[in-house]
Amino acid sequence: MATHTEQLTTVEEAPAVRLVGLTRSFDGRTVLDGIDLDLPAGQFTALLGHSGSGKSTLLRAIAGLDHRVTGSGRLAAPERVSVVFQDSRLLPWRRVLDNVLLGTDGKEAAERGRAALAEVGLAGRERAWPNELSGGEAQRAALARSLVREPELLLADEPFGALDALTRIRMHVLLRELWQRHRPSVLLVTHDVDEAIVLADRVLVLDRGRIGLDLTIERPPPRSYRDPLPGGPSLFERSRELGGEYRERLLTALGVTAHQEHAEHQEDHQ
Amino acid sequence: MTTTATTPVVSTPAAQARPLPRTRRRTLAPGKRLPASRLIGPGLVLVLWAAASAAGQLDPAAIPAPWTVLRTAGHLWSDGTLSTDVLTSLERAGYGFALGLTAGVVLALAAGLSRVGEALIDGTVQLNRAIPTLGLIPLFILWLGIGETFKIAIIAIVVYIPIYLNLHAALSGIDHRFVELAEVQGLSRVRFVRQIVIPGALPGFFVGLRLGVTGSWLSLVVLEQINATSGLGYLMFQAQNYGRTDIILVGLLIYGVFGLVSDSAVRIVERRVLSWRRTLSN
Repeated sequence: MATHTEQLTTVEEAPAVRLVGLTRSFDGRTVLDGIDLDLPAGQFTALLGHSGSGKSTLLRAIAGLDHRVTGSGRLAAPERVSVVFQDSRLLPWRRVLDNVLLGTDGKEAAERGRAALAEVGLAGRERAWPNELSGGEAQRAALARSLVREPELLLADEPFGALDALTRIRMHVLLRELWQRHRPSVLLVTHDVDEAIVLADRVLVLDRGRIGLDLTIERPPPRSYRDPLPGGPSLFERSRELGGEYRERLLTALGVTAHQEHAEHQEDHQ
Repeated sequence: MTTTATTPVVSTPAAQARPLPRTRRRTLAPGKRLPASRLIGPGLVLVLWAAASAAGQLDPAAIPAPWTVLRTAGHLWSDGTLSTDVLTSLERAGYGFALGLTAGVVLALAAGLSRVGEALIDGTVQLNRAIPTLGLIPLFILWLGIGETFKIAIIAIVVYIPIYLNLHAALSGIDHRFVELAEVQGLSRVRFVRQIVIPGALPGFFVGLRLGVTGSWLSLVVLEQINATSGLGYLMFQAQNYGRTDIILVGLLIYGVFGLVSDSAVRIVERRVLSWRRTLSN
């Protein structure tokens, strides 16, 4: 609870990202329809939405990647922004460490690069070529690349979408740990409701170009994934328990009724 | 489902006697490369040629035996004509190739990296490409005289076109996702070009380079046989007048060796530079 009140005070100080009336349209079709949004510094936010709901457009607008897109509104974002894409986007002609160091300079950066690789569990793979890495390893390297720049804001566009289920769980743990250590503001775009609940402190649902639901996820301390609570279930299990209620509200906001979801589950089991 | 199905099958003696099906699939990649495999084919041709000559199956006036060709080469070398001719030819091909390579790379960079450059250069090169370069020979002789300059100019044109086309295509076909990455990582334009565009275009460049190397030898043969007073082609042209097939074969063999060596050199450089690529060939 204490951590939570701390966060609330930072909210009032200065948001990391502020969007005022942000509108974006492609060929006359409005994708983002006047979005007002503050992302507090250091907050882990997930952005949910159907495909085509405009979540990637929003992320790209914040990242400053929406060239030649018509739009209006005001947008304030920090200077140091890193983006993690769905594909690892490693340059195949640079070794892993050189990929991590893309766009940085000097010896000191090289040290940070090594440290970042060690942090994501890729120590010793500095000299490997990207096509020698597995999908999960490549995405870890991409995470290391985003960390080296010591971002104030980390934007992640479905970063785990192409990974298998087991790798994805390990990446969740890693991302959450990295966030706890470095405390950037995070905006994670995903279409996976459970991923959003497990990782984020706040979940936004984007619906037809507007924020349809803004949900704060209450999470019991301690905020570590691996450490079990003294005498209690691990945080993962606790958040699964708490998650049920959030899950339902998010699914409703996404237009999935409990009945539809039940039917899908039954199909899975057959 | 699975457990109930497998247990009885394993326990029956008939199933135990049956050999297990092969589980490893046939590989579709060609197998391991044999050492010096590129030389096996030419070696075989040589053996057949020697055997046919020894058996008296070949008319020595039309196709002299390999040893005759070698002896002729030795004579020509010791009296100094061959070395002069070879050096002249090498010089022509070398200058022409260097010039064509430089022009191809510079023009492709200018056209591939700027819209203004593309507007000015690309259409012009495409036009140049549509004209058969060897058809330019009469015009070039009138412009540049019958000396070395026009020969080098023609070779350079033959070389620059494939280099330009392939490099330009590779530069403009750079993956859009990498452009986005460079923007996110805050790369300057110079760094973007140096670290992403150029390394990404290298595979295409090497395709053009190999075509260019071959082109330089091809045009050399034509040029030296049409109008020259020295060089390998001239040597062969003279030999035709005197009915010396052995000398013609010497010239052809040297051209062949040059072609093979230069192509292998490019391949070796390519393999070094593009060592990050893992393809069927390695």
